[in-house]
Amino acid sequence: MSTNLADPQRLATPPTFQKVSTSRQIKNGLATALVWGAFLIAIIPLVWVLYTVIQRGFPVILDGDWWQKSMSGLLSKQQGGGAYHAIYGTLVQGLICALISVPIGIMTAIYLVEYGGRSKLAKATTFMVDILTGVPSIVAALFVYTVWITTFGLSRSALAVSLALVLLMVPVIVRTTEEMLKIVPDELREASYALGIPKWKTIAKIVIPTALSGILTGIMLALARVMGETAPVLVLAAYAPFINYNLFDGPMASLPLMMVNERNNPTAAGFDRIWGAAITLVVLITLFNLLATVISRALAPKTK
Amino acid sequence: MAKRLDIKDLNLFYGKFHAVENVSLAVPPKNVTAFIGPSGCGKSTVLRSLNRMHEVAPGARVEGKVLLDGEDIYTSTVDPVEVRRTIGMVFQRPNPFPTMSIRDNVVAGLRLSGVKDKKKLDEVAERSLRGANLWNEVKDRLDKPGGGLSGGQQQRLCIARAIAVQPDVLLMDEPCSALDPISTLAIEDLITELKKEYTIVIVTHNMQQAARVSDQTAFFNLLGVGQPGQLIEVDDTEKIFSNPSQKATEDYISGRFG
Repeated sequence: MSTNLADPQRLATPPTFQKVSTSRQIKNGLATALVWGAFLIAIIPLVWVLYTVIQRGFPVILDGDWWQKSMSGLLSKQQGGGAYHAIYGTLVQGLICALISVPIGIMTAIYLVEYGGRSKLAKATTFMVDILTGVPSIVAALFVYTVWITTFGLSRSALAVSLALVLLMVPVIVRTTEEMLKIVPDELREASYALGIPKWKTIAKIVIPTALSGILTGIMLALARVMGETAPVLVLAAYAPFINYNLFDGPMASLPLMMVNERNNPTAAGFDRIWGAAITLVVLITLFNLLATVISRALAPKTK
Repeated sequence: MAKRLDIKDLNLFYGKFHAVENVSLAVPPKNVTAFIGPSGCGKSTVLRSLNRMHEVAPGARVEGKVLLDGEDIYTSTVDPVEVRRTIGMVFQRPNPFPTMSIRDNVVAGLRLSGVKDKKKLDEVAERSLRGANLWNEVKDRLDKPGGGLSGGQQQRLCIARAIAVQPDVLLMDEPCSALDPISTLAIEDLITELKKEYTIVIVTHNMQQAARVSDQTAFFNLLGVGQPGQLIEVDDTEKIFSNPSQKATEDYISGRFG
């Protein structure tokens, strides 16, 4: 070694590792600043919205009455009352929507991934689902209004709202379920076939359980989304300050509708109710998201 | 239990592509037959046609006959589900069902065909895991997920799962290609054990493996790119590796190929 080191030729060669060049340092600094800047710009409005909603709405929902009473019998400038009627409306409309959408959405996705292949029907379905995904909620609401109320002569009701929400929820469920089924490896399907398990049982007992956590997350997120939709409730259900348990007839409140309604109320009571309803909606949606996370963790395939 | 397979004039297609041409070969019962040959020569395709897995791929088509103890598995009245129950398969990559425990993986075939008797399922699970030389390693954690085992253990779990439905024939598609030498040895020992009860067909890229475990070897080859694969010759393993009758076989096994 010592002879090697003494060799002048060897000393003349540059070391293998050199300092990072200035231009690279500048580029690195620029890129880092850009990424951080974009992140901050994205996060500022989020934090701001959340702060405003919490700051103005939180005191309202601390009142126990908020969760238990309706607005029934209160004058618009009177303080007090609660959002029970609107919470009930939002939850029940979302639930009915989910009960209709989930089977349709999952079955459609199963058809597309497991049976449709490259057939014309599958391509047409995918195309339709893509279009439906982009349909604005006001269009869905007006469509249901035209068919349900104008053509069939049925009344504005919670059910009509749910039907409009179905149009918005089905494509989201189809999309997420489709993606989840696609990532189930074909090896599992083949392993199941090779055991003499028929195709429908392979789908029901092997493929769906493997993808279940992702499918449920998708459903919960879709549900959270439709619960905040305002256009369908505006068009298809009138606001009621009292509790209406009838799904098929009569006005029914919901949280977005309550906010829209209280916008016309210039008093301090109205202001409180808008922000109370807003934070209640945010809390409900957060709860659904948390529930989705918990369920998907519990159901995800484990290795330990 | 173990039955013989006779393949007669088998032609296999993927859409318009003619993948394998005119294969005829007999697989005797309680015997290990190895399929060897270069990649893309159609040996896996032939193997998959033996339990009607070939037709799972879109556009795949089969011509010719595969007789299980004289009964054609491709007759229109035969249910492919029944064929696969009778002729089991182990795949290249271990593929335990990720949502199931070790025990449930082993008895999946029975449970999903309607067997509910818990005692019987437990018996089958133990017998199959013992049969796959895995019982001692997993007996204390049967309720743990199958995905937590090592690759070699997972592959033996898949073999246990395949023999749990008591097939007449066991097909193995490069079962050791994803495993280390020690796991490979464990599986090879297992194949020798299983031979006493099952008819086994194994596809392998490893010629030493073919020489070690098989009684009969079939050499497949490809005349050129885009040409269908062909069966060049089939004979006793000893003869194929010492004195093959075809030049192509000799070139391939001596590594003088291509």
